[in-house]
This record gives sequence, C-alpha cells and structure tokens, in this order.
Amino acid sequence: MARKRLLLGDEAIALGALHAGLSGVYAYPGTPSTEITEFIQADPLAKERKVHSRWCTNEKTAMEAALGMSFMGKRALVCMKHVGLNVCADPFVNSGITGVNGGVVVLVADDPSMHSSQDEQDSRFYGKFAMIPTFEPSSQQEAYDMMAVAFDYSEQQKLPVLMRVVTRMAHSRAAVTIADEPREENELNYNAEASHWVLLPANARKRNVALTSQQAQLETDACNSEYNRYVEGTDKSMGIIASGIAFNYVNECFPQGCPYPILKISQYPLPKSLVRRMCDECESVLVVEDGQPFIEDMLRGVMDGNTVVKGRLTGELPRTGELTPDVVKAALGLPSDETYDPCPDVVPRPPALCQGCGHRDVYTALNKVLLDYENPRVFGDIGCYTLGFLPPFHAIHSCVDMGASITMAKGAADAGQWPAVAVIGDSTFTHSGMTGLLDAINENANITVIISDNLTTGMTGGQDSAGTNKFEAICRGLGLSDDHLHVVVPLPKNMEEITRIIKQEIEYNGTSVIIPRRECIQTFQRHLKQKKNKQ
Amino acid sequence: MKSDIILCGVGGQGILSIATVIGEAAMNENLYIKQAEVHGMSQRGGDVQSNLRISSQPINSDLIAKGGADVIISMEPMEALRYLPYLSKQGWIITSSTPFVNIPNYPDMDKINADLDKLQNVIKIDIESMAKENNIPRSANIILLGAAQKALGIEYHKLEDAIRSIFGRKGEAVVEANIKALALGKAMQK
Repeated sequence: MARKRLLLGDEAIALGALHAGLSGVYAYPGTPSTEITEFIQADPLAKERKVHSRWCTNEKTAMEAALGMSFMGKRALVCMKHVGLNVCADPFVNSGITGVNGGVVVLVADDPSMHSSQDEQDSRFYGKFAMIPTFEPSSQQEAYDMMAVAFDYSEQQKLPVLMRVVTRMAHSRAAVTIADEPREENELNYNAEASHWVLLPANARKRNVALTSQQAQLETDACNSEYNRYVEGTDKSMGIIASGIAFNYVNECFPQGCPYPILKISQYPLPKSLVRRMCDECESVLVVEDGQPFIEDMLRGVMDGNTVVKGRLTGELPRTGELTPDVVKAALGLPSDETYDPCPDVVPRPPALCQGCGHRDVYTALNKVLLDYENPRVFGDIGCYTLGFLPPFHAIHSCVDMGASITMAKGAADAGQWPAVAVIGDSTFTHSGMTGLLDAINENANITVIISDNLTTGMTGGQDSAGTNKFEAICRGLGLSDDHLHVVVPLPKNMEEITRIIKQEIEYNGTSVIIPRRECIQTFQRHLKQKKNKQ
Repeated sequence: MKSDIILCGVGGQGILSIATVIGEAAMNENLYIKQAEVHGMSQRGGDVQSNLRISSQPINSDLIAKGGADVIISMEPMEALRYLPYLSKQGWIITSSTPFVNIPNYPDMDKINADLDKLQNVIKIDIESMAKENNIPRSANIILLGAAQKALGIEYHKLEDAIRSIFGRKGEAVVEANIKALALGKAMQK
C-alpha cells in the first residue's frame, strides 16, 4: 500500500535512489546536499543491502568511484554542493564521453543567495557543457519519483544524468508518497566496452561524435517528458517559463489559477519546440528560474528576435539571489500584501565559532604571535574556521576554495611574503590540501601550515573526516621533517606552548606544519550524550 | 484551513522540534505541509528561521510571502521582530521574553519590549523561568507551542497526540514533561 512520509527534499532524493535499486552513494559533505548521504547511511534497507554510503575524501574521488560502480553494471549516486562539481569537473565532463553502464545520477545542490557558499554558480550550465541530460525537480514528490526515472533514463541513453536542486528544495520538507516495492539492485555485469572507457584520442573522438549526435534525441525526449508541461492560459499577452521550484512561486501568485500560459521546465536539454510554441503564442515571455539566467540567456541569444523576453537580465527579477514569492509576485506585476516595516531596532546576528571550540584557541594564539610582525598574512580555508574572519578574531586574509590556504600561502611566499601562514581544517586538508602541501615541501617553501584538527567535518554537522589519526603520517609521507611537525592541544592552559611553537616555526625558513588537535565541541557533546544514553 | 508559520530563534535553541510536533499533528490530520529549514553555516549561533506551511489545500511555495504569516513563534524576542515584514496584519507573535545575548551590540531590551508592545497580537512568555519552576527545564520550547495553539488553528488534543508519538521513544517522563509544557502554554493564551 502506498504510504506517506514527511521528508526533506534531500531525504526524498535519497529514498528515491534507494528504491530505484541504488548500490552506492558517493559524496563529500556540503550544504545543502549533506542530508542525502546521511539518510542513506541510516536507512534500514540500505543497511540490509549493504549499499555503499561511507563519505569520500572529495567530490572527484566520489565521482570516479561511482563511474567504477557503473562500469560494473550497478547504479550509483554522486552527491555534492554546486562548488563540489568544480572539484570533480574532470571526471564529470568526461563521463559524458565514456557514457555509463549501470545508471549514474550526479545530484548537485545549488545554493542561490549563498546561504552557506562562496558563489552562486548554476549547475545547469555544467549539464549543457557536458552534453548530458539534466533534471530539475519542482517538488519533493517529483524529486522522489524522478530518481527512478533518471536511473532508467541513464541506462537507456547510456549517459549519466545530472539532477540539479536548490537549497529551498533540498532543505524543505513535504509529505511524499512512497513506492510499494523497492526495485532490486542491478547484477554485476561485464558489458562495459573498453573502447568507450579508454579515452585515448582515437576512441574519444568517436565517442564525442556519438555524444554530439545523441543531442537531438535528448531534446526530443525533453519535449515529450512528463516533467515538462505546457499549461494552457487564456491571456496571451504574456507567457511564463518556470523551471524547477520557480513553477511553485508562479502558482503561489495565482490561487485562482494562472491566466497566462505556463511552460514548466524540469528536464533539459531545453525543449526548444515547446519554447517556440510559447514565443509564437504570446506577446512576451517572462522567464522565472532559480539561480542564474540559464534559460533566459538562451532565449535571448545575441540576435534581436521578435519575442520580448523578460527576466533577470531585464530587471523584472533581481539579477542575483534566490527567488522568493515576493520577487516573483513583483515580476508578475501583482500588488503586495500590506506589510509591517522592518523593525529598526533589530541588529544582525552573524554566525560565530562555538564557545569552547578549539579553533578559537588556535586563532587566539596565532593573533598573539603575529602581533610581533609587521605585515603577516594568514591564508584561510573552507570550514567553521572561516568564521575567524569575523570579530573578535579578524584573523584571516583569504578564503577561496577547498585547499587554497596552503597553495596561496606558498604563492605568497614565492612572491616574497613573510610570514605566510595557512590555516586549514582536517577534512579540508585531506579533501584538497595534501597535494598543495607536497608542492610546498618539495620546494621547502617558507610557510607555516596550521592543520586545525577537530576530528570531524564540522561545518556540515560533524561527519567522519577521512584523515583522522593519519595527519602526522601523511605529512611525513609527503616528506616533511619531524623537526618541523608539531602536535598541540588547543586549550587556553596550553597557550604558552602553542604560541612558542608557532613563533619558532614562523622563524624557521622552510615549510612547517603545526597540528592543534581537539575534538569539535559539537561532536564532543553529542558523543557524551550518546554515552550517557547507553548507560 | 491554512496556517503559515514562521519559527525563529538563534541556532541551537530548538525551533525545529516545535516544527516537528506541528508537522506530525498536521500529517495526522491529512493536511498538506511544507517546511523550509535552514541548515549549515548560520546554525553556528546565528539567526535561524523555518517557514512552516500547513493547509487543507495543496501548497505551492516552500516560502511564505511578506505579509503572509499567520503566526511567528520565536524562541527569542529580537528574533521575533526580525521577521515582522512577513507577519500578516492580523497575525500573532508568540515569543520567549528572554533575550539571547551573543552579540556585543544587542539592543536595549526596553526598546525591544516597546516594539513588541506596539503590536496588537503578542504573547510574551518567560518560558525559561516557567519551565524551571515547573521542573520541566528541557521543554521550554513546547510552552511556546501551547501558547500558539489557537493561532495555529490546530485542535489542542491533536498537538497532545503529536507530542506522544514524537517523544514516545524517549520514555513516558519526557512525554509527560512536554504535555505539561503544552498545557502551561495553552493557559497563557489571550
């Protein structure tokens, strides 16, 4: 019997994948995608089937492992936040050329308005770039249902499928009707052909031609997709193209039904014939999409056309930031409800490092030492410790992408900067910091690297960190001398020792690593509670 | 029926457990639900909010439009005011009266109280003290839920049932503490 469960978008995706016969999820934590893998890790069916769900070291290792599973005929899901797709862009784009054997869905959660991110990139561009089908569900139910369709379609077309969601889909709950019977997993098979998978130029050229020729079929399928829908309307003065959850915001504005025709888009390549029909029928077209003006830009192109296209590029909708019911309402020219003015006495409450967090002690020590130097520069990285930029610490001068602290510090040192300090977390270090440290060690670059080890991936909620208990061995393995490798416990009572070591290693002309190690206060409290509950 | 609710507070104050109880009650009533949450960076002591929408009709948007919220349930008085533009002119604010001061420039409480008192439909409760006095220190948030019952438009016993099923696995003592909290809140309604 069909049953309902109240699920986050992320959870609906996870359950949809499991019920579609998933054999492995491969992911690195990243808001707003983290809950997908966490759901699978806790799900009884996944446990019973031994579905792979352990966290990967980064998105690239995740994508490649998924391709390996697909190569053997089984279904794999790769999950990441939008910027994670940059990290795995190499295997992702090439997976269009190799194609797949078992179905592969690459789930990317975009974060328009950058609630927890450093940019607002729209993953649909990647789908077009890699020439693979892209799905964009408009509701939690659709996300659940689409998973099975996406895996089937991936195997039918022998291509990976990109599924793109946004924060408000990933982190919003709704009741979802669940399938009666989960599909069985695929059997292992040896159908993958080496000539498809060995991307020597001679093979890859053939595959590139095949992929390019497949595009017409993908577009026809998108035109006929049950998820792309032309909703008739009586007022043809305007047509509305709404993709993904934008469809909901448009409908929200018209409780009595929308007078304008609406083209709902949830599957790409863009179904051009449906778009042309709307442009032919309507005097103008408003494009409503969450993220960047992906469809709008395609419609507009370079040449002047007859259709008036409105959207983010013409100012009807804001150029940046996520959609809200209010901005969509304004774009449709509808009046707003009467509202209270914002209260002038309310002040911002920015996030901060937790009280008792070890990163606090690290920054306190570092700031104290750096007072002795004229122009110190501290290169930060992605994680809770990025909050060290804010008061009271004001401790870092950069934070660009996962791992950039070490490599930027090295580049700065190459330019003549001293002191050049890198601050990176344990999980970020194994994600993308290790290779940069090897560069530094090979040249004995004059940098001081602080790996602030809290034994977890903290910012995303305390997931296992790939390098726990291995950091000294990793640094030694990369060629760092023991003389310049130190482990300290970041606590106020150890301040004298920590500052002495930082000072000493800044004074040393070469690469050194200091590892302040103390468990994240959040996971510490959680573990304490679990222990108490067991007793 | 339709009820658009903004739950808010400071990261870690437990607004999501209020949402879970309302969600459970709404599911049991076969109502439609959408609940947008905030995860990630802002949970570290920053302002957090959740948009919870329940309705007997299908719901489109995950987010509530400005001027559309029927009730703001807040674990913190300044946070209640942060979302004022989202409150309907007939809407209610049900808030804890205890400030959570983790920023150096927290405004004068007299100003915050004056801003709240200017509004027509406000229930302020010192939930922390009330919870302590009644020996239910971990159920302060459920007092707020009880005080919001009428504004939510959900029958009282449906909320009780939801508490039983949500907290049931934590044992009878936890269930009873939360039922007591709900009753204390209910008595504070205007």
